[in-house]
Amino acid sequence: MILGLYNYWVVVVLMMTGFYIVIAQGNLIKKIVGLNIFQTSVFILYISMAKVEGGSAPILTDGISQYSNPLPHVLILTAIVVGIATTSLGLALAVRIKEAYGSIEEDEIQDRDNKEC
Amino acid sequence: MLVQHLPVLQVIVPLMAAPACLMLRRSSLAWLFSLIVSGTTFLISAVLLQQVMTSGTIIYELGGWSAPWGIEYRIDELNSYLLLIISAISTVILLAAHTSIEKEIPKDRHTFFYVLYLLSLAGMLGIVATGDAFNVFVFLEISSLSAYSLISLGKDRRSLWASYQYLIMGTIGATFILIGIGLMYQMTGTLNMEDLAKRLPEVAHTRTVFAAFAFFIVGVCLKLALFPLHLWMPNAYAYAPSIVTAFFAATSTKVAIYLLIRFTFSIFGLSFSFTTLPLQTIFLTLGLLGIFSASIAAIYQKNVKHLLAYSSVAQIGYMIVGYSISTTAGLMATLLHLFNHALMKGALFLALGAVMFRIGSTQLRDFQGLGRQMPITMAAIVVGGLSLIGVPLTVGFISKWYLVLAAIENGWWPIAALILLGSLLAIVYVWRIVEAAYFKEPSIDREPIKEAPLTFLVPVWILVTANIYFGVDTRLSVQVAQAASQSLFGVSP
Repeated sequence: MILGLYNYWVVVVLMMTGFYIVIAQGNLIKKIVGLNIFQTSVFILYISMAKVEGGSAPILTDGISQYSNPLPHVLILTAIVVGIATTSLGLALAVRIKEAYGSIEEDEIQDRDNKEC
Repeated sequence: MLVQHLPVLQVIVPLMAAPACLMLRRSSLAWLFSLIVSGTTFLISAVLLQQVMTSGTIIYELGGWSAPWGIEYRIDELNSYLLLIISAISTVILLAAHTSIEKEIPKDRHTFFYVLYLLSLAGMLGIVATGDAFNVFVFLEISSLSAYSLISLGKDRRSLWASYQYLIMGTIGATFILIGIGLMYQMTGTLNMEDLAKRLPEVAHTRTVFAAFAFFIVGVCLKLALFPLHLWMPNAYAYAPSIVTAFFAATSTKVAIYLLIRFTFSIFGLSFSFTTLPLQTIFLTLGLLGIFSASIAAIYQKNVKHLLAYSSVAQIGYMIVGYSISTTAGLMATLLHLFNHALMKGALFLALGAVMFRIGSTQLRDFQGLGRQMPITMAAIVVGGLSLIGVPLTVGFISKWYLVLAAIENGWWPIAALILLGSLLAIVYVWRIVEAAYFKEPSIDREPIKEAPLTFLVPVWILVTANIYFGVDTRLSVQVAQAASQSLFGVSP
């Protein structure tokens, strides 16, 4: 039972790890790393649900009649692209924040903003 | 025939125009081009609405692949109504863009601004037009990613920080939506919305479907800035360039509310969303809490942009309250308020853009004496503010009227009273702007200020006039909102 759902356990562990990092870390880069782990867990979730027991890779060949579902693979390719775009935008913002504030620590940035007000 | 392809052209035109816009190096050319593109989408959506109202739902199969294998675009009353709101507001706001960004965005980034604007528009139109659940996620990310970049274009360095925070919150929301859609697919093997609606009831008792529903709803609520998930919103709106704020305040949260309505009513169905789960109580509580906490927060703001952003959170509260009544009348009030709120916030934030253009600040203390120095702009803000409060003869009154009516019809007297009490708080924060502008002397050390240029006044007053026009002649908005809410209750299983 527990071993059979191995993939899903990995998904849950990764999801919670990533989510925790996003919330708990004050460093902007680490936050983005956490976000990446969080998104990766969803990729694995999609890939896992595509697996058909005894099915082979979805490539048409002789002698094979059962295939895994290729649709989630395609969907998750799109989601990976979206993830890359998000990561790069996040990192670009972090660079700009470093230039503007001289720091990438959440609390220091907040401090500098509060002083200005 | 071109007319047949209108549902997809609605999305394709701005999507293709965005990279094309990148080739235009001159700022004014890019502006003119974007304006034409946005105007085209507006015309298309007007034709679509007219078609839907006369001959019913339009179904468009992408590439000729029929659903559920292919992706289909489905335009019914609700979709065409939202398409019209988004494209109309976008076009009117673009009218002022050229003047506004001149002072707020460095010259070499003007073209990028229009590219991002068009992408964001394409994303929002796409979310509304599509009938495929995964397509929703893709378009959502197109519009969100361009939104993050647009917000970071603000002059103040805090815009970067606001944009980053929005990026983190928005991505978490979008990923939650992705998980929800994935789990739905796992249980039903389909992504087509119509098909999902047919197959979900068979598996509705499983825990996976509950999880899918929960993930999806939380994700959407992050996007629509429902209290207490609104924390990203005030700063993002306050530090973004004025045009961006006006555009997003009037459209982006509306799109998220559309998603909420579409998935709970058409896909999961009324009985699952509201009977099996305590969604009604949760949303009613959060909506009311949102109205009060955000209105009170708005009263204490020093920056008028912050003030109006908090007021947006409160207005979303009203929409959610109408939604949680979950009767035809309640939903209709929500849909009406979608339309009306887009008109008032569009007008108000655009007028703030004009103030920003002249005095370079939207701090409340800098508003002192503006009533005499910029009379036409301030008059627009006053009318917009009255509309926000819900004074008769403005659109705000119409939506509050239907909302209170829906609550009373349901026997929810205390709720109706609370809604009216919320409006009193709106009087307080609108009064603070009026007081500063009309009853305080301008600070002495300031240069004399001229009225805002015509490029601002025309779009602002188009929106203000719409605020009054649709407050008096409610045929269009009420008729469409009614048809949309009836069809939602009709098709729900």
